[in-house]
Amino acid sequence: MKASSIKFGIVTFPGSNCDYDCYRAVIDGLGCRADYIWHRTKKLEGYDCLILPGGFSYGDYLRTGAIARFSPVMESVAEFAAGGGLVLGICNGFQILLESGLLPGAMLVNRSLRFVCRFVHLRVDNDALPFTSGIKRGRTLRIPVAHKEGNYYTDAATLARLNSNRQVVFRYSSPEGEITSESNPNGSLENIAGICNAAGNVLGMMPHPERAVEKILGSDDGLQIFMAIRRYLASR
Amino acid sequence: MIRAEIKITLKEGVLDPQGVTLKRSLDTLGYHSIAEVRFGKLVQLRIQGTQPEEAAPMVERICQQVLANPVIETYSYQLGVDRDE
Repeated sequence: MKASSIKFGIVTFPGSNCDYDCYRAVIDGLGCRADYIWHRTKKLEGYDCLILPGGFSYGDYLRTGAIARFSPVMESVAEFAAGGGLVLGICNGFQILLESGLLPGAMLVNRSLRFVCRFVHLRVDNDALPFTSGIKRGRTLRIPVAHKEGNYYTDAATLARLNSNRQVVFRYSSPEGEITSESNPNGSLENIAGICNAAGNVLGMMPHPERAVEKILGSDDGLQIFMAIRRYLASR
Repeated sequence: MIRAEIKITLKEGVLDPQGVTLKRSLDTLGYHSIAEVRFGKLVQLRIQGTQPEEAAPMVERICQQVLANPVIETYSYQLGVDRDE
């Protein structure tokens, strides 16, 4: 498939605020096509990858992502994922994927109780996914986080399963790739920054790759993730 | 009207950073006997009807489906009748 015929859908909820950044990353960064998909939409057709962008859907009321999961579009997102479609949830999008059960676990408030907004380093722990193929395992990416509820939590059995299935895709690390408590911005279990489902076609991550797609933004490491997706889709 | 009062708390063993922070503050204020602080949420519903027990299955479903996240939270509730009306 040619890059220019690959089509992304950016699912937009009331309170999403990173939708335009994702749109620009896809259009300018990748040269692919993109549509905004309003949360009331029920039918999703012709999309190769769906992105659930960051923001504060429904004001983060009740719990982050808890109300958005009942939006009409989420049933179609679940169907799309069940059919093997690529779904990328970023920050609030990750929280929505957790609340909807498309990914296991939940988010707690950051251990510091603070909203953390800064660049972090992520170590790529699984490079065999559509989202990471071509990025060497063990490599670190410099990408910003911006959240107050990114303290990933799950029970011990699920954590063991995530580790044995290599579903932990990104961990907060030092620039050299060491997993340390100093490099963990929110207190997440085992420095988890991003996980995928068992099939590997649904990825949730707290850091914002769409905010690091040009050198002028401080880093273009985030573009690696978008390019991996394009590479995967183009090769089908 | 039926009144439901739903209490949602973090499961035991799940870290509550707010609780830890408040405990530290209480300690600073001299309340050294406080062993633990846990935060939770209180949700009040007013439901059409007069028989609280009839509302119980619905309240249970709402807790499971929406109000509590079973990964990190547990819930309990009490049902009663508004006497004021």
